Amino acid sequence: MNESNEEETRDRGFAEALAPAGFAAGIILALIGLVIAGESNSGWIVLAIGVVLALVFGFSWAYRATRGLRETPEPPPELAAPDVAEEPEDAVAPKRYSRGVFLTGATAGVSGLIGAAVTVPIVGFAVAPAFVGQGERDIDLGPIDNFPQGEFVITTFDYRDNEAPSVNRRTAYIRNNGFINEVPSFTVISNRCTHLGCPVQPAGPTGAPVELETASGPVSLTRVQPANFSCPCHGGAYDTEGNRTAGPPVRALDRYSFLIRNGNLVLSERFSVSEVTGEGANARMKAFKLYPPGTHVDGPDEWMTPWVS
Amino acid sequence: MAARARSARQQQIEQLLLAPINWIEERSGLVSATKRFLFRKVPRDVSWAQTLGSATLTAFLVQLATGVILAMYYRPDPATAYASIQHITNDLTWGWLVRGMHRWGASVFIILMFLHLGRVFLFGAYRYPRELNWLIGVLILVLSLLEGFTGYLLPWDQTSYWATVVGININGTAPILGPFIADFLKGGAEIGTETLARFYSLHMLLIPGGLIALIGLHLYLVTRLGVVSPPWSKEAAGRERDEVETRKRGLVEPRPRGNANRNGSDQA
Repeated sequence: MNESNEEETRDRGFAEALAPAGFAAGIILALIGLVIAGESNSGWIVLAIGVVLALVFGFSWAYRATRGLRETPEPPPELAAPDVAEEPEDAVAPKRYSRGVFLTGATAGVSGLIGAAVTVPIVGFAVAPAFVGQGERDIDLGPIDNFPQGEFVITTFDYRDNEAPSVNRRTAYIRNNGFINEVPSFTVISNRCTHLGCPVQPAGPTGAPVELETASGPVSLTRVQPANFSCPCHGGAYDTEGNRTAGPPVRALDRYSFLIRNGNLVLSERFSVSEVTGEGANARMKAFKLYPPGTHVDGPDEWMTPWVS
Repeated sequence: MAARARSARQQQIEQLLLAPINWIEERSGLVSATKRFLFRKVPRDVSWAQTLGSATLTAFLVQLATGVILAMYYRPDPATAYASIQHITNDLTWGWLVRGMHRWGASVFIILMFLHLGRVFLFGAYRYPRELNWLIGVLILVLSLLEGFTGYLLPWDQTSYWATVVGININGTAPILGPFIADFLKGGAEIGTETLARFYSLHMLLIPGGLIALIGLHLYLVTRLGVVSPPWSKEAAGRERDEVETRKRGLVEPRPRGNANRNGSDQA
């Protein structure tokens, strides 16, 4: 008798825990679906499954939670006198709310609403601007004639408008690989170390800088013959294709995608690279979205950063 | 009695001096509350080790005082931040001193906090009923390290800039949320104007506010729960123990602490 009672309690406990857990899982699935939906249609399926799960388990949860309220409690036998039975309200009298409880609840609710109305914009303003409107602008680097074939050029440019000059400079190492099938080929390597983001330096003799003004602001071009690239912070080293040769970096140097517009070299979005095979115009690589430094773009480690900005 | 006898004149002066204090006490109870806070009973065998907490507090107060004044001269803008630091250090009267106190005091604060943490750990002072105070202390430690991280950027020289780049990118490698934390800290895609202003606000408003609140809570619990005897104390349970039992139980199985079991036998 006792054992079966215990078992029953355990079963009921499990069943009661299942509904909220399922509800939460549904909500999470729906949110994940929303995130993925921006990129692939399978996101909408995930979203739909999540919503269905949340509805089913939510209904089950609400059904269980309100069972006590829906079932009118049977009056105990000793109170089953006719006058009590006529007024079943008495049997549930302890559940009635007093004025004090109502006022407490109302105060808490109204205060919560006011607090939320104040907090949401503040927290949103603190967090959102860091994530909204971060698209990179295209950068005009001037005529491609400024980039001699087969040689690297240290190219420094302003990366956005309305920024203090001291923190607005970005650098790319650009090599003109000549033409491949009558299409110009460039190697455009970002100077940000893929270990922790310090600027890598080209090891080799440099020429005199050439300053020019383009539609994207001041651009500085300096010819260089690097043997390799190396980082002053923690000793990361890369070859001239950006492949890691030594030190702590976890992948090859990031690159810029580029286009030729009216004879000018224009840099576009950056992308991450795990490894480059081949050289110059024959280099082959897989382009990943831009990942933060220090993270793998392929293999199981990549699962640690499923969403990158 | 003769020594205690005071002239009417003396009594008059005393009353005059005490009048404002009594006035405040009668209306707020603050004077007696301060007395209760400052003149608490502590175990007989406390030592200098138990002063590390108040030493940390003193270091924090120095950081508060110097930081508030430095904020009057510092300008959190990429174009002028470095120049304003140079101005504070080289031009302004005693600027080198106050900035030096803030800069070195930061290290002193952290070092003292770790010593305090070590003392609490080695004395077993984190045990019941003081676990909550240990947790609050850990939060204080984390916020203090964040103070160090955000403050390091403010001089806006090459060291602070690239150290912050590295620090933010280390955050960026955290699983799942890393990229978001990094972008939040940067205030955008790159470290720039927004980052400096953001770190300045965090460094001098948000984190210190949290620290002051948590330190207040920490002190309240210290006052409420009292100070712990050292683990080697012979009086920890409120009475002398014979040598054999001390050796037998000693550090292996610490004795109950506090004054709960105190009886009158050791009062002589």
